[in-house]
Amino acid sequence: MIRYIIHRFAWLVIILLIISTVSFFIMRYTPGGPFDKERSLPAAIEKNIQAKYDLDKPLFTQYFLYLRNLCKGDLGPSFKYRNRTVNEIIGGSFLVSALLGGFALIIAFDIGITIGMISAVKQNSAFDYLTMFIAMIGISMPGFFLGMLLLILFSFKIELFPPGGWGGISHIVLPVITLAAPFTAYIARLMRTSMLDVLKQNYIQTAIAKGLPYTRVITNHAFKNAVLPVISYMGPAAASILTGSVVVEKIFAIPGLGSHFVNGALNRDYTLVMGTVLLYSTLLVILNIVVDILYMYLDPRVKQ
Amino acid sequence: METLTDSDQADNTLTVQEKIWARLLGKRAVVIGGSIVACFIIIAILTPWIAPYSYEEQSLSRQYQPPSNEHLMGTDSKGRDLLTRIMYGSRISLAVGFAATSVSILIGIAYGTIAGYFGGKIDNYMMRFVDIMYGIPFMFLVILMMTILGRNIYVLFVALGAVQWLTMARIVRGQTVTLKEREFVEAARALGASNFRIITRHLIPNLMGPVIVFATLTIPTVMLEEAFLSFLGLGVQPPMASWGSLTAAGIAVTSPVKTYWWLIVFPGSAIAVTLFSLNFIGDGLRDVMDVRNNKL
Repeated sequence: MIRYIIHRFAWLVIILLIISTVSFFIMRYTPGGPFDKERSLPAAIEKNIQAKYDLDKPLFTQYFLYLRNLCKGDLGPSFKYRNRTVNEIIGGSFLVSALLGGFALIIAFDIGITIGMISAVKQNSAFDYLTMFIAMIGISMPGFFLGMLLLILFSFKIELFPPGGWGGISHIVLPVITLAAPFTAYIARLMRTSMLDVLKQNYIQTAIAKGLPYTRVITNHAFKNAVLPVISYMGPAAASILTGSVVVEKIFAIPGLGSHFVNGALNRDYTLVMGTVLLYSTLLVILNIVVDILYMYLDPRVKQ
Repeated sequence: METLTDSDQADNTLTVQEKIWARLLGKRAVVIGGSIVACFIIIAILTPWIAPYSYEEQSLSRQYQPPSNEHLMGTDSKGRDLLTRIMYGSRISLAVGFAATSVSILIGIAYGTIAGYFGGKIDNYMMRFVDIMYGIPFMFLVILMMTILGRNIYVLFVALGAVQWLTMARIVRGQTVTLKEREFVEAARALGASNFRIITRHLIPNLMGPVIVFATLTIPTVMLEEAFLSFLGLGVQPPMASWGSLTAAGIAVTSPVKTYWWLIVFPGSAIAVTLFSLNFIGDGLRDVMDVRNNKL
């Protein structure tokens, strides 16, 4: 088990190395730099700026300097926000995004599983048809469309929630609903399918035949096996939540990581973009490892 | 999961393909979804002839008109007819969906058959590479590519297709591994067929079933990603417009003070309805062609 975890973390390092290399060279090899938009400066000043950010050195030297700082956990200075380092910018906005994503994930998981289980137990009932229909709509709706509809309805027309920004609980409601909707829908459908499969199996029939209460059979015996596909979906889901939060942060004007990433890419803020991509990748890989470990714990059959 | 009905089993005169069609057409959701998508495709093809207004026609005196008899879906910030723009947008949105999916099929089939057919070390390394790629947040690399390589629509096709080929490669490889042990492959090899011929003539035609099912579900995913990129301003660029960029344009002019709901609701619904139909078709196809259900 411990060997397995160490093995996976070794892969994490390799993945991060690949990502940082690829994105470093994609960005540096294409025309356009972070200081292009400004008035042309006197040659001496321009040289100074270049020297400050190491841009005057050969590309490979820049690359190794970056990697060396990375190992120390230093993501470098931001090119656009002159007085701040990337670490500061990311540190400030990460909490916001993590809170948003975490809430969305918890809501999607709880509601999705509950709906999926009820739909499976009451297969072909009105509840089943209705929720699965709504779930399909949830999967098919682009996040920004849903977010904007919610915003117009519950903020512009009926002034229930503030239209954007970051502050109290009321700021978080609409963004979390927008972010959680497609995942709730997907998890509900996944849970229903897998529950239907499990309910057909012999051990469920046995449990019912020996006289256990039906609710207990469902919540204890069937649930444990039916939830496994949902658990393995949580890895990819976490990745999509990260991308989804880019949209949600833009619509609701939330100062999170996603908006920094997009603005950074548009402004050619090399270090900021690299920092966010690396953070996202690390999170993604770690979440996948956590999901796999959880899976092994829940389903002892997969232990090698 | 659908089970075979008595009539299916009794009717042995039908070919496998005919049975699949019969079972597909027996599903209401597939028929309705299929008709909607077919309608949209026909409209997209005929747009240049049936659009009520011309694509570029601007009229500053007709800005932001709500839906009326003259403009069924209203007009946008430059007084252009929204219905016309949505019709032209359908050409781009559907083209992106189908083209990027084709890219993913091509890469996935080539990669998957090679890994599965040759097996051993090659297979091991190739699939390990796919595993690594799964750990990379691809949408971020696509965003990076779009900002840096320019916002060309062909870059968009390739970038989105490149995100989707991983799962396709896994499915194809799985199929290849089982298919290559079958007698007809051995027979072909005994007759002296080259590896290339066995892969292209014998393996690929036989693994198309699961590929088609997965492709049907890839189209809506890709269209959703295109909409996402267009929303960020990184997808389809003016003068072209997709449903995603039209919705984004509608969102851009919306503020708490002024809401032009039609600019958001109509293009957004076009995306949602299309994806909804495609998802239903994909689900139906999967049920009908399910491997576990393979008593055809």
